[in-house]
Amino acid sequence: MQRDVWPTDAGTTNAGLAMTIPLPSDESLAEDIRAVLAECGGLAVDPGRLAPEDDLYAAGLTSHGCVGLMLGLEERFEVEFPETLLNRRTFESIAAIRDAVRGLLVRSAA
Amino acid sequence: MNGPSAQARAVGAGVAAAHADSVDRDARFPAEAFAALRERRLLSAYVPAEFGGAGASLFEVAAACHALARHCGSTGMIFAMHQIQVACLVHHGRDDAWHRAFLARLADGQLLLGSATTEAETGGDIRNSVCAVRADGDRFTLAKNASVISYGDQSDAILVTARRTPDSPSSDQVLVVVAKEDCRLEKTSRWDALGMRGTCSDGYRLEAAGELGQVMPLPYADLSARTMLPVTHILWSSVWLGIAADAVGRARAHVRAEARRKPGATPPSALRLAEATARLQQMKAVVLTAIRQYELARETPDLLGSLSFATAMGTLKVTTSELAMEVVDRAMRTCGLAGYRNDTPYSLGRHLRDAQSAALMIGNDRIMAHTANQLLVQRDGSGPFE
Repeated sequence: MQRDVWPTDAGTTNAGLAMTIPLPSDESLAEDIRAVLAECGGLAVDPGRLAPEDDLYAAGLTSHGCVGLMLGLEERFEVEFPETLLNRRTFESIAAIRDAVRGLLVRSAA
Repeated sequence: MNGPSAQARAVGAGVAAAHADSVDRDARFPAEAFAALRERRLLSAYVPAEFGGAGASLFEVAAACHALARHCGSTGMIFAMHQIQVACLVHHGRDDAWHRAFLARLADGQLLLGSATTEAETGGDIRNSVCAVRADGDRFTLAKNASVISYGDQSDAILVTARRTPDSPSSDQVLVVVAKEDCRLEKTSRWDALGMRGTCSDGYRLEAAGELGQVMPLPYADLSARTMLPVTHILWSSVWLGIAADAVGRARAHVRAEARRKPGATPPSALRLAEATARLQQMKAVVLTAIRQYELARETPDLLGSLSFATAMGTLKVTTSELAMEVVDRAMRTCGLAGYRNDTPYSLGRHLRDAQSAALMIGNDRIMAHTANQLLVQRDGSGPFE
């Protein structure tokens, strides 16, 4: 949180710092997300059969399911979703969730 | 030039008031009031001018609902339910040909829009559907066992929720505009209820057909979050506020009559009137705040889809429905037996019965359970006053 108030000229240093910490690959993030979906998402289908861009709402994700999913993701990745990410679009696909989680991981690593 | 709320005030105090007792007694559609509303083109109040409507704001429409409900709760509620459907079309149907043409038709013919969201199989859970849109080329068919379609007999078109396809999960819904001439309605139950008797909320088996262009393009979940849910709770609350305001008005008149009989002393029942007035004021503040919140959120789509906004709109409904009953209760105690009787100028029986529906239409317990679940993840909002 503290880095939000750092002066902007520190930005390049931060980016360099973030790059030195290895982040999980797209594939491994997606796998972890599928595991959380299977456990907490309450979907009508097996998350293992979903492509990254598939619409999770068409797969049965509900607003109730979103709550469980988000709590599961926070636990798994040790991140916290800010208010700005608490909307339907954030959870619409595995790819969308992956991008959101990656953004949160980068922020917490920096 | 009088705005829609001033026009509605005239209809309310005139024709709606004149027939309110017979609408309530006979559980019949307030035909006279709706003839007057059509004549003044109020059914298209919220339709933008480019489609032939008055282009009124939500504030104006809410004030119109209130003005009608002051004199006839059923008229106010039907008007509110119609405007909710209109708002869905105005906000989300402007980018496609079928709905654009329909908006113009609505304004031109002063069409009355009904809604079929509940289903016998799912009960009050309107966010799940069993029925589905069955596509065949560029056409569709749809069959729904609708446990309630308020004023279904009088509706010129009905907005129906259904699963997107026969293979979709129950939560993947769309909203379909079905014209009355393209559907068959078979009545399955009749509305004989404690209050809101004129809404004629009968049950029907609905069979419809049409072009796929009649399906609203936005998923119902988004449409609900951005328009259906907030506008419903704002307009319903405005109706209940109108009912409560009239109850307080009657209580005030009763206290004044008492005071005239015994000049120099404030009647003891005036204390209850003060309590009723305080709650009425609270209700009004909550409704006006919600309208302002909605206007702010409409300018910021991210805010519209946010959890904190959904919570604000859900709790609005719970708060105003509870307050409405409290206000009418205090008004009844103010008027005493004159309010309890059905044959005095201070009668509050209809208000009491109509207000009871508020907590039950989309049950408060259901909303609070949903809110409690959402609060597990909610954070402080980032907008003004959050």
